[in-house]
Amino acid sequence: MITFLANPKRFLDFSSAVAPWICGLAFLLLAAGFYWALFDTPPDYQQGESVKIMFVHVPAAYMGIMIYGLMAGASLVGLVFRHPLADVAAKSAAPLGAAFTALALLTGSLWGRPMWGTYWQWGDARLVSELILLFIYLGYIALWNAIDDPVRAAKAAAILSLVGAADVPVIHFSVDWWNTLHQPASIIRPGGPTIDKSFLWPLFTMMLGYTVLFVWLWLVRMQTEIFERRARSLMMARGA
Amino acid sequence: MAAFLAMGGYAVFVWPAYIISVLVLLAAIVVSLQGRARARRSVRRLEEDSGETGENQT
Repeated sequence: MITFLANPKRFLDFSSAVAPWICGLAFLLLAAGFYWALFDTPPDYQQGESVKIMFVHVPAAYMGIMIYGLMAGASLVGLVFRHPLADVAAKSAAPLGAAFTALALLTGSLWGRPMWGTYWQWGDARLVSELILLFIYLGYIALWNAIDDPVRAAKAAAILSLVGAADVPVIHFSVDWWNTLHQPASIIRPGGPTIDKSFLWPLFTMMLGYTVLFVWLWLVRMQTEIFERRARSLMMARGA
Repeated sequence: MAAFLAMGGYAVFVWPAYIISVLVLLAAIVVSLQGRARARRSVRRLEEDSGETGENQT
């Protein structure tokens, strides 16, 4: 599969065939998820209706971290095996990861104000490590834009993404290592989720919807990058 | 309906969170699709200019 898709032409054919289906699935899941979260979940016994923010906050935060893992993984493959699509995959994922991370910060802040009494707290390790994740994404994107030669840019950006990967475990374990504002994990934890089923299923639907939407946009952006590289090589051929 | 919109007193936090989420997701879709359309057009234009069919290359 990976070798098969290494050819950009085959990747374009394959992704063009599957993209509309992935897009349709994303819209179905998101429509169901948003409906379920807004109209068919009870208020929490402690948080009241502010718990509704969880359904847009947790999926965004999870995407920000998962996309980073994919980006760093693709960067590593690009560095080690020189897989032609790996750099394209890593570069295309970054803006989406940054968008989801920004959403996680914004929605979290809107939940923090009524529940913790503050929009932001510099002393909280989870909040600060999540903000650092956003800055790493922005730095990664800036680095790609700063270097003209795509081969050199890919290498520098890949190294940045691997160094930045150190932030990912910090984000995950920050709630245990520094017990400040943000509550400990309630979903991805040893022993299984602790939140109630009436919240868990709509939350999973939203997380799946966000994931499938990301996969669709990732394919679209990878196609874009392949077209841009093709245009670039045509321009250079003409100039020569 | 009014009770639903009031979100148990948390309307000023819940609704902005949902509105921002939907807007950012929509913006990501629009920007990504526009970018692909633009890139596709420029490849097509360059291929026409250089008299290639674009069938055999990527």
